Amino acid sequence: MTAAIGVVTFPGSLDDGDACRAAYLAGARVLRLWHADPDLHGVDAVVLPGGFSYGDYLRCGAIARFSPVMESIIDAAKGGMPVLGICNGFQVLCEAHLLPGALTRNSHLHFRNRDQLLRVESTGTAWTSSFEPGQQILIPVKNGEGRYVADQATLDKLDAEGLVVARYVDGNPNGSQRSIAAIRNPAGNVVGIMPHPEHAVEALTGPSTDGLGFFSSVLRHLAAYERVTTS
Amino acid sequence: MARVVVDVMLKPEILDPQGQAVANALPRLGVAGVEAVRIGKRIEIDFTGEADLDKAQEIADKLLANPVIEDFTIRVEESEA
Repeated sequence: MTAAIGVVTFPGSLDDGDACRAAYLAGARVLRLWHADPDLHGVDAVVLPGGFSYGDYLRCGAIARFSPVMESIIDAAKGGMPVLGICNGFQVLCEAHLLPGALTRNSHLHFRNRDQLLRVESTGTAWTSSFEPGQQILIPVKNGEGRYVADQATLDKLDAEGLVVARYVDGNPNGSQRSIAAIRNPAGNVVGIMPHPEHAVEALTGPSTDGLGFFSSVLRHLAAYERVTTS
Repeated sequence: MARVVVDVMLKPEILDPQGQAVANALPRLGVAGVEAVRIGKRIEIDFTGEADLDKAQEIADKLLANPVIEDFTIRVEESEA
């Protein structure tokens, strides 16, 4: 059966519609999940979309992390379910301690919105197996608080263990430490990315269709998983 | 009513571009001699009964501050009455 990807809508989410469309274009069944509903409705993977959940009050992602749907997603992620956090979703994953570090105000204080070249460094995740190691992809970045920070020991661990999924190439749009654009957990099922793959899935509206790779990767991952568990 | 005040500040090693922007604006006000400005948050928690510092500590630790980038201090505010 075709895998189902759930896309969460928090109050203030903006990119949930685009994330649904990207998952649909990649060939997934798409279910919309609601922040106040702890039921994941049997989805096989979850996308936390970009936007300004709960108005970004207190800190980006700080309040969304305590929403009923997140309690279920945190449990499911610890059990291996693929979860992709994009932009605000990345912030939520860090606040939920599913990923280390934090996203802070861009070092130059400006909201940055442009097409951004990234280098994919980790293809061993549920969300990036369609890419080649070192492959450069072009997807939009748009954030005001996208500067990845962590203490020295955490940054060294990310580098040493290959947990950096993508870095900015040709200019760092927000001052992220070590040009980090995306990271993963050690298991590889949880990935957080600041730029927006869901905005680069169709030639009409995106700078490329490179973003589709994230969604086709997870479908491939889920299909392989199904083969293993049913054989 | 008992009030507990929580001050949340970015850790010293975390860049505070907002504070820097304010510091950079000071010369335009004619203010000199300021080395640095850092910006934090002050949160006032009003308890219905006695001030509960343990509960305030839990609120600050789990929600108000992100220990990855922020430190916090807690104090009971003495009422003026």
